[in-house]
Amino acid sequence: MSELDAFRTEVREWLEANCPAEMREPIRDEGDVCWGGRNFKFKNEAQKAWLEACVAKGYTVPDWPKPYGGAGLTPEQTKILKQEMKRIKARSPLDSFGIWMLGPALLQFGTEEQKVQYLNPIARGEIRWCQGYSEPGSGSDLVSLQTFGEDKGDHWVVNGSKIWTSYADKADWIFCLVRTDKTNKYQGITFMLFDMESKGVTTKPILLISGNSPFCETFFDDVEVPKTQYVGEINRGWDVAKYLLGHEREMISGGGAGGDMVSIGGAFAKAFGKNAAGELDDPILRAEMAAFDVDVFAYRAMGERFMDMWKTGRAHPASSNMMKYVGTELNKRRHELVMSGGGSEALEWDSEESKGGARARGWLRTKANSIEGGTSEVMLNVIAKRILDLPGA
Amino acid sequence: MPLYHNDDQAMLKDSVAPFVAEQAPVSHLRKLRDSADATGFSRDLWAQFTEMGLPGMLVPEAHGGLGMGHMEAGIVLEEIGRNLTPSPFLSTGVGAVAALAKAGGTQAGRWLPAIASGEAIVALAIDEGAKHRPDRIATTATRAGNGFRLDGKKSFVLHGHVADVSIVAAKSDGGITLFAVPKDAKGLTADPRRLVDSSLASHVTLDGVEVDADAVIGEVDAGGEILDALLAATRTGAAAEMVGVGQGAMDMTVNYLKERKQFGKLIGEFQSLQHRAAHLYGEMEVARATVMKAQQLLDEGSEGAKLMVSVAKAKAGRAANLAVREGVQMHGGIGMTDEYDIGLYMKRDRALAEYMGDVHYHIDQVARMNGY
Ligand SMILES: Cc1cc2nc3c(=O)[nH]c(=O)nc-3n(C[C@H](O)[C@H](O)[C@H](O)COP(=O)(O)OP(=O)(O)OC[C@H]3O[C@@H](n4cnc5c(N)ncnc54)[C@H](O)[C@@H]3O)c2cc1C
Ligand SMILES: Cc1cc2nc3c(=O)[nH]c(=O)nc-3n(C[C@H](O)[C@H](O)[C@H](O)COP(=O)(O)OP(=O)(O)OC[C@H]3O[C@@H](n4cnc5c(N)ncnc54)[C@H](O)[C@@H]3O)c2cc1C
Repeated sequence: MSELDAFRTEVREWLEANCPAEMREPIRDEGDVCWGGRNFKFKNEAQKAWLEACVAKGYTVPDWPKPYGGAGLTPEQTKILKQEMKRIKARSPLDSFGIWMLGPALLQFGTEEQKVQYLNPIARGEIRWCQGYSEPGSGSDLVSLQTFGEDKGDHWVVNGSKIWTSYADKADWIFCLVRTDKTNKYQGITFMLFDMESKGVTTKPILLISGNSPFCETFFDDVEVPKTQYVGEINRGWDVAKYLLGHEREMISGGGAGGDMVSIGGAFAKAFGKNAAGELDDPILRAEMAAFDVDVFAYRAMGERFMDMWKTGRAHPASSNMMKYVGTELNKRRHELVMSGGGSEALEWDSEESKGGARARGWLRTKANSIEGGTSEVMLNVIAKRILDLPGA
Repeated sequence: MPLYHNDDQAMLKDSVAPFVAEQAPVSHLRKLRDSADATGFSRDLWAQFTEMGLPGMLVPEAHGGLGMGHMEAGIVLEEIGRNLTPSPFLSTGVGAVAALAKAGGTQAGRWLPAIASGEAIVALAIDEGAKHRPDRIATTATRAGNGFRLDGKKSFVLHGHVADVSIVAAKSDGGITLFAVPKDAKGLTADPRRLVDSSLASHVTLDGVEVDADAVIGEVDAGGEILDALLAATRTGAAAEMVGVGQGAMDMTVNYLKERKQFGKLIGEFQSLQHRAAHLYGEMEVARATVMKAQQLLDEGSEGAKLMVSVAKAKAGRAANLAVREGVQMHGGIGMTDEYDIGLYMKRDRALAEYMGDVHYHIDQVARMNGY
């Protein structure tokens, strides 16, 4: 038996022993997701036990080095762990911006001290992070951001506001882009880290078209940030910001694969009924769903190839932009089909049968996929410039 | 297995890509076309392929081949696609080998070594009408003497008029049976037609063709599985070739965007073209990954291969079609000229799209395999 086969057996046994049955049920709503953080309330004992088991093993961040709370797995081992978790439909033990975004940026740009200090609480689900990038006047054109940090010797005094800050009202800390040099556009931004309980930080939730309000306006009035709490170099935060965006885009692109829905047509044939030939009883919808299934199966292969290449340094550094573009457009198409398939039932907004309007709200939420983390148009601009090397892009 | 080429495969690509680009670039196709070549490919080139061992790549080592997999064959096919090289590689070295190797027995022993040595060209006589409908084969095999009598009409048989042997799918008493029909069989006629991409495909008539019992590939009535193996290999191969065609068209087009000036600017500066080119890039990348996944599953003998093969043929079909359409459009007027190569890519793509099931056929298959 090869080493990897042995590892697979070991993982399989560990999962069998440690993943509670409740954690093998599909995620139904936001409340099923374990985000961690100071104020997080576990939905049930199983969620807590599953997190603790994974933390002990380093499996919340399996490919991070052990001193930072990971399990130090190789790309091949990480792939096997993911495959085995998927096989038993295990939920992710912990989801967070710390894992997806800040972690990879710290691993790349952080000092040894910062890695130990910040990564371990992320891996253990103790500190929940939010992302302070966008501002009212700076969305796609992020580098025009105005939030300013005035140099006061051993600290900065930060003033300004951020917008669309996801979960700002629930997060413990923020990683935040702050202008520290008004004379230099790209080399005048510092990547700061600070506690959301710092004096002068306030948040105001914004209601989304889905009726939920996971994101906020975030205001900074004379917030003091010690001059030890930045990543990379002062005024060179843009490099960190861009690197982090690559990981954010990679993460968002995952939605395209469609979780555990094997085939959209297969799922709907049950609800819709079939004709005498055993085909979904609406030939045009059947054709659209089948064409969509082809694109999803194809995208899963792309996801596998991308991860294999990304984790081994073979991928084009800008290829996460392509993944985000293709994956998010696919996910929007999925939810259009879910609505068509669901008909008038899918329109229900708050009934018990509709699980509180899960389909309608989910459909509306996916419209943000091609906006958050950089819009589809911006993704296409980046591909044109950095991958295709087109002029003037 | 990671979904990228390993070192050996990368080396194979490094030797095959320059070889095909030098020996059989698009000008090679033009030369054959403009001289109204009656064979449909260059025998000299096939001899060079043989020197490199390419026809026998998939042939098991016991039969004199290299015993490689679909991932490796796909590397060759992509280069054939990128250069629009007319070649019997797909039907002979991929489709026929897959069927014969699966069946084993007398016919495998007879033809696999001949394929590996470059001596035999093999045609696949499967389709019978304008569209690919392998589940409705009407050609009949009736027992006669100590063998069979074959009657029917086949169409879209690439290299049918020059093949040393054709693999014929026929309906027998209890199922499908595949036969190896040699070119000199009495009652066998091939009527070659020039197609839009300058290739030659035959309408083949089987009029009371008599074959011995040992002409059966595999077992009588048990040809379904062998046909499936033939189809899976050929479809995956055609998809790999389409990735080459699409990539070739896309590369040409992206280069043109960096050369052509209008309104005082390079046309590649116009965002409407940038976005379309970037979208196309994404589709081509997805198609490539999908085809590699199908190759990998076939090589592993995985149960999921059949689904992925249809996904690959459909996805590569969509992506390559987009590449050639955008290619002609973004070239403007010059893209419509015979002198410029982009139109040849459009023609080749059209023929490959139809071969062994078009996009619609395979989308429908994906629905069926998922129970709707
Ligand atoms: C659900 C959700 C969660 C979010 N979470 C966060 C978060 O946690 N933290 C955070 O900092 N931000 C977050 N964002 C903000 C997100 O990053 C921005 O919305 C996004 O970058 C777009 O900026 P904008 O909204 O200002 O749109 P704009 O930049 O004003 O864009 C408007 C339109 O113009 C197009 N456009 C703009 N520039 C170009 C161009 N050069 N070429 C072609 N078209 C162009 C865009 O594609 C878009 O269609 C979130 C957004 C959403 C929707
Ligand atoms: C069959 C045929 C018959 C014709 N007959 C005649 C005729 O009888 N008389 C005659 O005078 N001409 C004729 N033409 C020429 C025709 O009008 C031109 O081909 C056409 O105007 C495009 O110009 P072009 O070929 O130089 O392409 P280009 O202008 O070089 O365009 C190349 C690509 O760039 C795109 N592009 C160019 N500028 C922009 C922009 N600003 N923004 C976005 N995209 C842009 C184009 O849409 C195209 O996709 C004919 C062409 C054809 C194909």
